[in-house]
Amino acid sequence: MADTLSRARAGRRHGGPPGEPGRIAYLYLAPALVVFALFLLFPLLRSVWLSLYEWNGLTVGTWVGLDNYTAVLTDPALRRPFLNALLLIGFFSFVPVVLGLGLAGLMARNPLRGSGFFRTVLFLPQVVALVVVGVAWQDIFAPAGQLNGLLRWVGLDSWTRAWLGDPTFALVTVGVVGTWVGTGLCVVLFLAGLAKVPRELYEAARLDGARPVREFFAVGLPALRGEIAVALTLTVVAALRTFDLVYVMIGSTGQSTRVPSYEVYDRAMLKGEVGTGVTIALLLTAVILVATVLINRLAERADS
Amino acid sequence: MTPVSTRTYLRRRHGRPTAVLGAAVLALGLAACAPGSTGGEEGGTETEASDVETDVAAMGDVTLTVWDQEVRGGQDEQIEELNAAFMEQYPNVTIERDSRSFNDLRQTLRRAITGDAAPDVVQANNGRTDMGQFVQAGLLRPLDGYAEVYGWTERFPESVRALASYTEDGATFGEGHLYGLAQVGEVVGVWYSKSKLDGLGLEIPTTTEEFEAALEAARESGDLPIQFGNLDGWPGIHDFGFVQNQYVSREEIRDLGFGREGASWTSEANVTAAETFTDWVESDYFTEGFNGLGYDPAWQAFADGEGTFLVAGTWLLADLEAAMGEDLGFFLPPVGPSGEQAVTGGTGLPFAITEASENPDVAAAYIDFITSEDAMTAIADAGNLPVVDADPSAVDGAQAEVFQAWETAGEQDALVPYLDYATPDSYDLLTAQVKALGGGSTSSEEFLDALESEYTSFTSENTGG
Repeated sequence: MADTLSRARAGRRHGGPPGEPGRIAYLYLAPALVVFALFLLFPLLRSVWLSLYEWNGLTVGTWVGLDNYTAVLTDPALRRPFLNALLLIGFFSFVPVVLGLGLAGLMARNPLRGSGFFRTVLFLPQVVALVVVGVAWQDIFAPAGQLNGLLRWVGLDSWTRAWLGDPTFALVTVGVVGTWVGTGLCVVLFLAGLAKVPRELYEAARLDGARPVREFFAVGLPALRGEIAVALTLTVVAALRTFDLVYVMIGSTGQSTRVPSYEVYDRAMLKGEVGTGVTIALLLTAVILVATVLINRLAERADS
Repeated sequence: MTPVSTRTYLRRRHGRPTAVLGAAVLALGLAACAPGSTGGEEGGTETEASDVETDVAAMGDVTLTVWDQEVRGGQDEQIEELNAAFMEQYPNVTIERDSRSFNDLRQTLRRAITGDAAPDVVQANNGRTDMGQFVQAGLLRPLDGYAEVYGWTERFPESVRALASYTEDGATFGEGHLYGLAQVGEVVGVWYSKSKLDGLGLEIPTTTEEFEAALEAARESGDLPIQFGNLDGWPGIHDFGFVQNQYVSREEIRDLGFGREGASWTSEANVTAAETFTDWVESDYFTEGFNGLGYDPAWQAFADGEGTFLVAGTWLLADLEAAMGEDLGFFLPPVGPSGEQAVTGGTGLPFAITEASENPDVAAAYIDFITSEDAMTAIADAGNLPVVDADPSAVDGAQAEVFQAWETAGEQDALVPYLDYATPDSYDLLTAQVKALGGGSTSSEEFLDALESEYTSFTSENTGG
């Protein structure tokens, strides 16, 4: 038996394609695998396990099978947070990508002096901690803040309102901040993408009589597919897992501003509904995963 | 010469089916044991008065772990001093203090209290989702035996003890066993600017009629009557509660606040209260756009002279006094149509003893020590409102007015609980509903109906189950 096994092993090593790494390769992979398993796989499995229980974090949990999933999926109170997340995707993702394309197109075409400086300034919101961003914007949107001041100054008094306290506008204000944060990232990504487009392509387009806009759509945009996919992935993920901005700027008030991550925090950490909270977190993870896969599929299909 | 079959080869090479199988087995294995520990009996282990040991010096070397949230200047100092004094008096006791901010404590206590190395003494939030759940899970000890021995029952008024009392199943709040003792008291009353009230030629309003006249006078003088920032949501509970205090009887507010059967949000008095609140909003008695203004910017604006009144808790004493000095004053909510003094308030977070504590007797002696007469003096010196022994004549300025208000509230049994104590979802509901009512997106009827339906569904389930 042992003989067969050792021979089989030996056979494999010699029989594999040339250059085929032996088992030793796993040794090299082990550290990464251990870290991955410890910090990602284990928590994920544990979350799945917790999502099958009704547990308050204190006493022994009760096995409820998939009940948490049914409850979460059928709870009308949880529909709003996910719809709100969709709204945020618009502000965090689509608007910045469109704005970023426009700005990058302009900046790449007309190299102005100090463009490095502008690029840095545009990227700055990415560097500042979101909590700081939230506090600063909270001031701007305050009833006696700069936004209302500006509106009054130009005579639009009837437009002023308590932005962050208004159920219709509160989430939109968070979205606007998201746009502000995301646009710089998109611009910088797209500028880098445009820089690798060979000059000849532009010249050829120009010789063919393309005007600037047409030139951008014919040459620049196709070259940016990869970057657009990256930008969409990053910003959609950011939109779906938004917590800090909502927590800092608005706090825990009303259904109109609830987002999925906030529900997770509220249920699992504050209300002692660990099972439900974890289930929402898992579903959110699944949504994010599907969204990323979809975006990348689309980008790949466009490539081929 | 057994060649390795292709299938085995593939399986070995990719290891995929095995991994999936492994994960499945792991998941099944996990499913076999439920999360959480068995903890204690519902309600925790009771120590009979006759079994209580009070001679700490004779208990050998003991390490007492204490988790508190007194991280702010004066309070932090006060606890440090008391801890040092306790250890000096009993050299055999070492106190290991772990102080965290309120939010941090709330979020981590759940894990800590169920762990192997649970602290002995913890400051637990009074509400149902905190202390209530801990009691139900048997993680805190009832203190009735100790209360008898140390005389806490006589020393702390019933309204104060009620705020840390639960029945053993954690279902009824405000009754049953005592689970903790707090150091400080707090009431939500009216802060005002003395010079401004003088300027209006008015005395401190003691009735709703007088108060509304003062609001009108303040508005006519061009000042903001009541400074109010409700972006955070919870200040709305206080400001609505302030109006409710004047219209609804104490007993009814208590039933609503503790989530007990027998009251109704749609009673005539509550309807008038909600209508009055909207009236005040429509009369511009509150800050314009209060739903979008933060709590801190609001009281800071009041301190800067924007507004005649500020409806807020006594916890602002130190901050407001630093900014306004002698101009600052404080009074209890005026007495309205209900005909009796009522004021929303309670205590700071109670100190409780965990079930896991190995030295509950030492822990109880410690709690007695930090709530003793000397301790209360230290708390008053730190600029706070001690829960008992607050002597208005021993302090001056606004602090004296705060102490006086607390004394009056105690004497008249005027204390009513925070409305969000009622049910686990009350906080979310009230913050959202008061915002909607104040913002004009909901009518007072819809407002009260929403609260009533939450209240009735909770009370019927809570008593039925």
